[in-house]
Amino acid sequence: MSLEPSESRKMPSKLPKSNTGIRGLDEITAGGLPSGRPTLVCGSAGSGKTLFSMEFLVHGAMRYNEPGVFVAFEEKAEELAVNVASLGFDLNQLQHDGQIRVDHVRIERSEIEETGEYNLDGLFIRLAYAIDSIGAKRVVLDTIESLFSGLTNQAVLRAELRRLFEWLKEKKVTTIITGEKGEASLTRQGLEEYVSDCVILLDHRVENKISTRILRIVKYRGSVHGTNEYPFLIDEEGISVLPVTSLQLNHPVSSGRISSGIPALDKMLGGDGFFKASSVLVSGTAGTGKTSIAGSFIDKTCADGMRAIYFAFEESPQQIIRNMRSINIDLQAHVDSGLLLFSASRPTLNGLEMHLLNIVKLVEKFKPSVIVLDPISNLVTVGSDSEVRSLLTRLIDFMQSQQITVMFTALALNDKNSEQTDEGVSSLVDVWILVRDIESNGERNRGLYVMKSRGMKHSNQVREFVITDDGLKLVEVFLGPVGVLTGSARETQQLLEKTSEAIRDHAVSRKDREIERKRLVLESKIASLKEEFESFQEELNKSYIEDELKKSIMEENRKELTRKRDDLL
Amino acid sequence: MEDLKEDVWELRLYVAGKTARSVAALANLKKYCEEHLKDKYVIEVIDLLVHPQLAEGDQILAIPTLVKKVPEPIRKIIGDLSNEEKVLVGLNIRPAK
Repeated sequence: MSLEPSESRKMPSKLPKSNTGIRGLDEITAGGLPSGRPTLVCGSAGSGKTLFSMEFLVHGAMRYNEPGVFVAFEEKAEELAVNVASLGFDLNQLQHDGQIRVDHVRIERSEIEETGEYNLDGLFIRLAYAIDSIGAKRVVLDTIESLFSGLTNQAVLRAELRRLFEWLKEKKVTTIITGEKGEASLTRQGLEEYVSDCVILLDHRVENKISTRILRIVKYRGSVHGTNEYPFLIDEEGISVLPVTSLQLNHPVSSGRISSGIPALDKMLGGDGFFKASSVLVSGTAGTGKTSIAGSFIDKTCADGMRAIYFAFEESPQQIIRNMRSINIDLQAHVDSGLLLFSASRPTLNGLEMHLLNIVKLVEKFKPSVIVLDPISNLVTVGSDSEVRSLLTRLIDFMQSQQITVMFTALALNDKNSEQTDEGVSSLVDVWILVRDIESNGERNRGLYVMKSRGMKHSNQVREFVITDDGLKLVEVFLGPVGVLTGSARETQQLLEKTSEAIRDHAVSRKDREIERKRLVLESKIASLKEEFESFQEELNKSYIEDELKKSIMEENRKELTRKRDDLL
Repeated sequence: MEDLKEDVWELRLYVAGKTARSVAALANLKKYCEEHLKDKYVIEVIDLLVHPQLAEGDQILAIPTLVKKVPEPIRKIIGDLSNEEKVLVGLNIRPAK
């Protein structure tokens, strides 16, 4: 899904087209309006017809070097200039430069008397003069139906209109004719009969007190075109049509990881956190810390030098920043450094499609790596479940195509149903983290589950989720004989374990001392035996030496006696 | 009708080339003026094929168009002026019935 105008060039097209320069429209029409032919833009009052056609002219003049003539049947040139000045178009300058010519055609019914036959050559001549004076390639007639209120001879008018459109075709100017929506037909005067090449319908719908602007290409002869109703936006940049639709599921995927900002959660997700460009749903009952998880994620992202947008549908940015400060997360610093952008709006401010458009526009401008939508539950107030689901599907598709990691928070209304979020997006997302109240022993604690995490090993364990002054922590829960222990029950259990450990330690040391004592006793016994052995050995040695001595003395004596006897001889 | 006598009718007839219709319109106009406004009128015929830039000033759409600038109010009468009654009413020569 590319939103770049270059997309259209790939498509081989026999019909020459003129770029409108209106964001998104050139993609839907595969290149713009049919060149040299009239296009009918119809819609009810206030649907943006004049703006549409004015943008077509101004962009033509400024970007595509195609000067244009604006024939205004309703507004004066000065009024038009003021009206489009808010979009940053300097109509007076463009007129001065000969890029655009505004021709105000005023028909005052009361001034005109019709007698006999006439034709509209005057209009033709004026138009021809205007076109030729600036070499115009584009013409807008806004709105030619005013002729019908000024002149009464319908037969003449209709014949002349037919002739006018033929004449415009011969002139090879790309024309937009605007027409007010009629009761049963597209335009009050049935202009669609005369303009057969391209018809674009603008609509301004109000459902549940919320307005949505819709654009639809009713027909486009000789060209493929998007047939859906495309929501569009009019803001300070003019009209943008963003065909955010689920196209093909063939986005490039990334195996890069992005940290959730909670080390223990990263660990549960195989050690490294979420996949880049994945979608993460954090759902849970009220007050379970969903926003805190989102805040942590944003904080980590910005701390790593990546850009992020926080779309808040419930709280104001200041409120979020203040609340996050209480868990030692300073989002203001990221806002100041330009990495974090807050966009806070009540869901009821816009229709769903408008929200989507706003998100997409902001994302394209800011180019974040991460966006957070907090919470998506409130969107249900402006659309039905299926609409919200379709919106989120398209949003996820868009974000994936832009390689943006998106985190939604969603409120699960009651505990029984908490496995299913109201928006039914749990099947769409890549990672689903559920934060749940675990109520026992008269207190509520938070348990965090990783319900699913596509394509990575993830923990199947429940962690107790603790919000501390230093941020978010995940604590291993205790599985006791009565089940999962959390909160003070867990702490009690921890204390118990500590006590028993101490007792065990004590027991061990007593045993050690006993052994030591025994060893000492035995050792002293061994020593005394050794002494005994030594004295015994000495005794033995003594008699042995005596024997030796005796023996040697006797030998000496015997030798002496022998020598003495020899001497006597 | 007193003030009418003091006024001079300044009439402009816009045409586009010498078509049968514009010739008829001019002929009709001259005839009515001679009958009702003798010596009190000026007719200026403007051919928009020659002076297309003049069409904008008087907000000309239809051809032929007769514009009565003076006396006030400005009135435009379009068509070949074949309906005398309507033309005379339009030119304030005869009050509307």
